[in-house]
Amino acid sequence: MARPRAPLFLERETYRRRRIMDGARVLPVLGFVLVLLPVLWTSGGRQGTAGEATYLFVLWLGLILAAALLSRPLRGALRRDDGTGAGKDTSR
Amino acid sequence: MTLNVLIPAALGYVVFLFVIASLAERQAERLRQIGRRPRLLRSPLVYTLSLSVYCTAWTFYGAVGYAVRSGLEFITIYLGPTLVFVGWWWLLRKLVRIGKAQRVTSIADLISARYGKSNLVGVIVTLLAVVATTPYIALQLQSIALSFGAFAADEVLAPRQLAMWVAAGLAVFTILFGTRNLDANEQHHGVVTAIAVEAVVKLVALLAVGVWVVWGLADGPADIMARVAANDRPDWAIQPGRWMGLIFLAGVAILTLPRMFQVMVVENADETHLATASWAFPLYLMAMSLFVLPIAVAGMDNMPAGSNPDLYVLTLPHSLGQNGLAMLAFLGGFSAATSMVIIASIALATMVSNHIVVPLWLARRPHAAGGMRVAGDMRGLVLNARRLSIGVILGLGYVYFAISGGSRALAAIGLISFAGMAQVLPALVGALYWRGASRLGAAAGLIVGALAWLYALFLPSFGPGVVMGADLMTYGPFGIGWLRPHALFGVEGLDPLLHALFWSLALNTLVFIAVSLVSFPTPVERVQSALFVNVFDPGRDDDWRGARGWSREPAEDEAEDLLAMSQRLLGEAEAQGFFAAEAGAQGKTGFLPDPTPDFLDRLERELAGSVGAATAHAMIAQIVGGRLVTVDDLMAVASETAQIMEHSAQLEAKSEELARTARQLREANEMLQKLSVQKDSFLSQISHELRTPMTSIRAFSEILMDDEVTGEETIRYARIIHDESIRLTRLLDDLLDLSVLENGQVNLDIQEGGLNELIDRAIMASASVLPERQFTIRRQPLDEAITLKTDIGRLTQVFINVLSNARKYCDATDPEMRIGVRKRGDRVTVDFIDNGSGIPKKSQALIFEKFARLTDTHQAGGAGLGLAICREIMLNLGGDITYLPGQGGAAFRVSFPARLAARPRAA
Repeated sequence: MARPRAPLFLERETYRRRRIMDGARVLPVLGFVLVLLPVLWTSGGRQGTAGEATYLFVLWLGLILAAALLSRPLRGALRRDDGTGAGKDTSR
Repeated sequence: MTLNVLIPAALGYVVFLFVIASLAERQAERLRQIGRRPRLLRSPLVYTLSLSVYCTAWTFYGAVGYAVRSGLEFITIYLGPTLVFVGWWWLLRKLVRIGKAQRVTSIADLISARYGKSNLVGVIVTLLAVVATTPYIALQLQSIALSFGAFAADEVLAPRQLAMWVAAGLAVFTILFGTRNLDANEQHHGVVTAIAVEAVVKLVALLAVGVWVVWGLADGPADIMARVAANDRPDWAIQPGRWMGLIFLAGVAILTLPRMFQVMVVENADETHLATASWAFPLYLMAMSLFVLPIAVAGMDNMPAGSNPDLYVLTLPHSLGQNGLAMLAFLGGFSAATSMVIIASIALATMVSNHIVVPLWLARRPHAAGGMRVAGDMRGLVLNARRLSIGVILGLGYVYFAISGGSRALAAIGLISFAGMAQVLPALVGALYWRGASRLGAAAGLIVGALAWLYALFLPSFGPGVVMGADLMTYGPFGIGWLRPHALFGVEGLDPLLHALFWSLALNTLVFIAVSLVSFPTPVERVQSALFVNVFDPGRDDDWRGARGWSREPAEDEAEDLLAMSQRLLGEAEAQGFFAAEAGAQGKTGFLPDPTPDFLDRLERELAGSVGAATAHAMIAQIVGGRLVTVDDLMAVASETAQIMEHSAQLEAKSEELARTARQLREANEMLQKLSVQKDSFLSQISHELRTPMTSIRAFSEILMDDEVTGEETIRYARIIHDESIRLTRLLDDLLDLSVLENGQVNLDIQEGGLNELIDRAIMASASVLPERQFTIRRQPLDEAITLKTDIGRLTQVFINVLSNARKYCDATDPEMRIGVRKRGDRVTVDFIDNGSGIPKKSQALIFEKFARLTDTHQAGGAGLGLAICREIMLNLGGDITYLPGQGGAAFRVSFPARLAARPRAA
């Protein structure tokens, strides 16, 4: 074909990178679900504002750590993926 | 503390900002001259800090007030952006990539560029942004005025006058650093650096107050949590609807607020900074909100009832004698307010000048009269338009503040503004992900959404009787109940913000999608939609090479006019450099390249970096006139691509066909070689077989010729000679038979007969072979009752051969033969299975070959042609004989049609 088709199977490193991208996509969804959890507490036995605040800040920190762990390999993926596009931009 | 201290402090801070900004500008300029990029100024850290422009005075002061009123709800405003940034791989990555690829200058520019470089959409977004942002700017002015007032309660103070001076000062700062140059990338190093510094100031200030509250006023985190629990109020319970809605709204706001778009996309120097910001910005937000609740609780405990909770950050340390801390808090709030005002006014001014002022100016000039050829620098016009816009926007903010009186809670104004800008969301998401999103759809959706927002949220927010009468609020316009601003279509009892958000976004999306579905996009729109949606698809580049915004018709020489126009926008040196480089790339010398679509496209993008896509497009269109891309051009490109793909597919098919042919030839060649080898071995075998009896005949006949042979010996030798000649004859008969069968020249003698009789005859005939061996034969007489119409004689020959072989080779002590018959349709299968050791797997393929004998030749007495002949017979009868493995002995399956119709095998 004129256009190189994306390979169906990937070597180990590329495979890992794809799964990290998947992780980066799942993280906000997970975060959203967990952030909505206090809503469910409200109906049955509140934890009190202090408890909710503790939960939310711990969750927040967890999200930040997870994003930080994912960001390094993703940055590499972004550079590689750039190819010609970014090269042109950085040269100017 | 008095104003005598405060005003110099604020002024000193502003001077400090000026110094930082101008140092950064100078550094960037110096680096650019020696050809390097400003690394430190454009590091991921500075990028992340500049994003903190999200945290305005609303965060700094308002969050505490919000927490006092509604408990944890304030946190939603920071959780939404956190989720968006943590999920940067979804949306922000694409947004920034497109922003850089298209040289986008503002959110209005992005939307207008995507929707066919239509200025109409740009104008709508710009107007919406101005209306939504003005209250927000007023909010910042109000917070500054309030913070002055908090210190100087005993002095006569005119907050409006103060706010006016602040607005004027900020306008001067923004004009100086925000409209310094008309950069091709629309990036402002000085401003961004100053914003980053301000980010640090406001964070340090809020953290300082927080630390003082937790460890100074209270006894550490545990004590604070206890106080939070003690102050818990029913109002503080999380309301599910608002909780979810506000997280969503804040997440949308971070994408659509003009100032956020400015720092996030336009000022972005490197996409990979986004990776760092994905966790660092949420961390900043968390740090900003960490001490909000403690400060709120401490304020409730320590401040007299009735004091404004929006100012606790300031008044709490002040009233408890911590003047230094109070001063720091004041500067933090001041910096939060100023950074927002600066960036927001730059972003809005860019939008206003690119989408309203410049297009108006262009429209006033007649096309053909050579409007572009009028001498003069257009950069001055654009920059002045921006300077004017900054002044007007800050003026509007001030007027809004002066009129509304600055009485309402800070949080409410902020959310109203958020909901206004959220109307851009459907058009934005459609721009990035849906090729079918059209200009008309975007415009209609934006208008409907904006009107719904105005009617249901913005106008009522002034209070009953100001813009909307109390009657209208209570009974609806003309008494139509289901049009009441806070209960549209009968949805009552919902929180007004959620109500407005729901209806405006729902109607907006609905209209956007519906109109997009029924409208047909212009060619430029279709080009742009492909460029936007497929920005990450590198293979698409090839498809769209040549699908530019410009037609490929042969051009007249417009290059000179283009150069003249570009000089006025980009500056002489830069424009001439660009044109010379383009001409060089086309292989020409001088400054005037051929106006090819590619060149026009690049030039347009270059111009778009300073005046926006719509204006750049319009300006080039004025010069090159009717060369806008047409549907025919798009179709030509598409069919070219399709042709290339078809061509390559054909080539691929052809090469596959060639490979197939080559494979067939190779197979045929192998077959020929094998046949030749077979023939050689056949000849040598046959000579050997013929030679053995001949030798003995010759030997015995020589003996007979001797005289000394007795009569008895003569008879014996003659018998041997006779036997050997019979064997010879049989061999020759077999060979002849085989040759006839192989050539298909055999005459079949077709008769009717019963299969059981046939088998009886075969068993009887084969019994003569090794008659001393006792064989048990197992048969199923019922199955054998089949009438055949075929060459009975030949078939019997096959059966005899198979049975004789079994008698000869079956090595069981108690030999047994099972004959199974089956009829399926017209096909009869007869299995002959003995209980010997069978034939080894490697020999199974050989046994039907000529002269194939597994044991010693003379033991069997045949020439090894029996099975070969059998197979040929069966093929002639339209059937086959195969070896059946895995039956616990040697097993042969003979299959043939019960009724042989015509001659099945032609030679």
